[in-house]
Amino acid sequence: MIKDVFGLIYAGEENPNLRELVLARSVAALPVGGRYRVIDFALSNMVNSGIRNVGIITQKNYQSLMDHVGSGKEWDLSRKTDGLFMLPPFDNAENTGIYRGLIDAIRGNMPYIKRARQPYCLLIGSCNVHTAAYNHMLKMHLEKKADITMLYTVDSGEHRDYYRDLRLFTDEEGWVTEMDYNFKYSSSNKVSMDVYLIHKSLLEYIIDRSIAHGHYDFVGDALMKNVRNLRILALEHKGYVGRLDSVNAYYRMNMDMLRPEVQKDLFYTGWPVYTKIKDEAPVKYGRDALVKNSLLANGCVINGEVKDCMLFRGVRIAKGAKLKGCVIMQECEIDANCTLEYVIADKNCHIREGRRLVGDSNYPIILRKGTVL
Amino acid sequence: MTNKKKIIAMLLAGGQGSRLGVLTKTRAKPAVPYGGKYKIIDFTLSNCTNSGIDTVGVLTQYQPLELNSYISTGAPWDLDSNTGGVFILPPYWKAERGEWYSGTANAIYQNSFFIDKFDPDYILVLSGDHIYKMDYNDMLKFHVKTEASATIAVIEVPIEDASRFGIMNTDENFRVIEFEEKPARPKSNLASMGVYIFNWDSVRGYLQADAEDKESTNDFGRDIIPRMLAAGERIFAYRFKGYWKDVGTVESLWEANMELLQDRPALNLHDPSWKILSRNPNQPPHYVGDDAKIVTSLVSEGCRIYGTVEHSVLFPDVTIEAGAYVRDSIIMEKTVVGEGCEIVRTIIDEGVTIGRGCRIGGDGKITVIGQGAALSDGMVVEPGASIQPDCRFVNDVCESGGEVGK
Repeated sequence: MIKDVFGLIYAGEENPNLRELVLARSVAALPVGGRYRVIDFALSNMVNSGIRNVGIITQKNYQSLMDHVGSGKEWDLSRKTDGLFMLPPFDNAENTGIYRGLIDAIRGNMPYIKRARQPYCLLIGSCNVHTAAYNHMLKMHLEKKADITMLYTVDSGEHRDYYRDLRLFTDEEGWVTEMDYNFKYSSSNKVSMDVYLIHKSLLEYIIDRSIAHGHYDFVGDALMKNVRNLRILALEHKGYVGRLDSVNAYYRMNMDMLRPEVQKDLFYTGWPVYTKIKDEAPVKYGRDALVKNSLLANGCVINGEVKDCMLFRGVRIAKGAKLKGCVIMQECEIDANCTLEYVIADKNCHIREGRRLVGDSNYPIILRKGTVL
Repeated sequence: MTNKKKIIAMLLAGGQGSRLGVLTKTRAKPAVPYGGKYKIIDFTLSNCTNSGIDTVGVLTQYQPLELNSYISTGAPWDLDSNTGGVFILPPYWKAERGEWYSGTANAIYQNSFFIDKFDPDYILVLSGDHIYKMDYNDMLKFHVKTEASATIAVIEVPIEDASRFGIMNTDENFRVIEFEEKPARPKSNLASMGVYIFNWDSVRGYLQADAEDKESTNDFGRDIIPRMLAAGERIFAYRFKGYWKDVGTVESLWEANMELLQDRPALNLHDPSWKILSRNPNQPPHYVGDDAKIVTSLVSEGCRIYGTVEHSVLFPDVTIEAGAYVRDSIIMEKTVVGEGCEIVRTIIDEGVTIGRGCRIGGDGKITVIGQGAALSDGMVVEPGASIQPDCRFVNDVCESGGEVGK
């Protein structure tokens, strides 16, 4: 039963491949899809599955994450019993505040895990975006008597960034026989989604044993070294998975969302994706607006041309401005007669009249938060 | 309860809004959708929150279910607070008898005990039927400064329209001398907005006396204000300058929506300093397809637009299929407009399914399609027709002006 599961989201992920986008925020707090943050998907998935106790392990740059998640009210996780628990680093004998790896991070938060009333832990990283319910995963985990169950997605092989790229080999029943980690020549197309289901006593044992041996990397040390000792079950997630390996991957994911079949996989599954509400008005289209193949969140005011773009909440596009292939985050203002192609503008950028910025779909220009141009 | 309040709001939300026809068949007027994502009551509730009023009683009577579930704990308006909050107040059965709210004043009178619990100095009486943004603090300051026992918010209307309103005749200091309900020959153009501030301890007695008067219609404008004037109470008119609209009819609801589409609308929904709060439907950003065309319109989250939308207001989760053409229309939540449809000057309520190639409405009277109706492919709905909620058609043609029932 899903009520026997608590969720643990590791939001301490730092990915230098995401460059300026994660200068002042963790990957989990990165804005995606017009009105979401990466963590919204994992949180909503858990809640939609019926999980009512969720801990979020944070490390650095967690102010924007805490601001976003708040009390967990938007996810229905502001509860008297259980609910949402923010687990920032703290300094005591067991927790130095600096985690040498996921194992260290989990060890530092053992008190929360021990206190959880639920025996099973659903552990999710914060580097991928997908919409799913985990009930089937739990069912298979119990049925097959697995030690660890993990989700994977089949990768088309078009783009690889070799960042936390864990590839799985399985037998015909789905048991994991072998793993490759960041291996350029891996022959497997099954990429781990960083979603693990594990009994908390086994988790505790693995963490303890790893620490005892001076190991801190969950994937490299705990999983790969135990592929033959543990019964690790791998299940395929059939829907869309966006991985946040690099700026290009981030950009591609936003562009993928313009495809109705991806929208169906992420937003119209019957499991809503919850996020912080901003109470923005509907998008206002002026008489000169020309919008094609784009996603627009509420609060935008459009008087220019927008093609193949992702516009976040409250973006203003003035008359004569032309945008193509851009990702424009919250509250950006694009003045009259600007031309922007293949640009990722972080929050609150202001592009003054007549400016011209042209990147490439394989190398989008990034404007840091609050850039005035 | 011991938390004394300076002021609490009592919001009258029992209006039927019968002139809104099929739109108010299953909901009260304050629950009528407006502006691409709101319900009319969002404006008064947001005004309360934005004015710092944290205790609001909502008086319901007609078709309250949609309104009750919409307001719920009041969380979307930040009204789920420990010391105040939102309270739904339907009429109820008392020790010896039960009765409906017989008028606006009677609704407040019947909830005197509720008001007493907060021991307020002032009560703010509001109507959930109106669309406007107003800081009630400014009005309260005026009320305190003039040492009034009642203050009525008024708006200037064109003198030729004045006979449609309750009109205040005042002296040069805006002290009300006379109140006239819909006067044939208006002496002033100051129309009552249905927004009152009363000193609770002084109005309580008038409400009591009014309730005991068998002849009374138990209405604030018609009965309480004249009664207070006759007794020599200080009543002042507070002049409000800004957008205020009573959307009483299908035409005025349509007009009020269309006014939002102007380049600089009198009612600015995009103003971050006075946000209109509402219950959020949790929809993804809206998608505009490659062949879509949208101009001079409001489009909300969750919509999928593949056709042409001109000068229209679209609520969340509306689908406009390829080749469809929508002009001068209002389309509410979860409605699907099929391929190749032509929709002109039509209000389509929530959850309507329109098949392919339908022709609905036209230049002339506003056409209305009720909640949950389903129209089969190729149907023609003449301008001015109104289709009842949940009505289902198979290859049928509606005649102009006719109310088509189940």
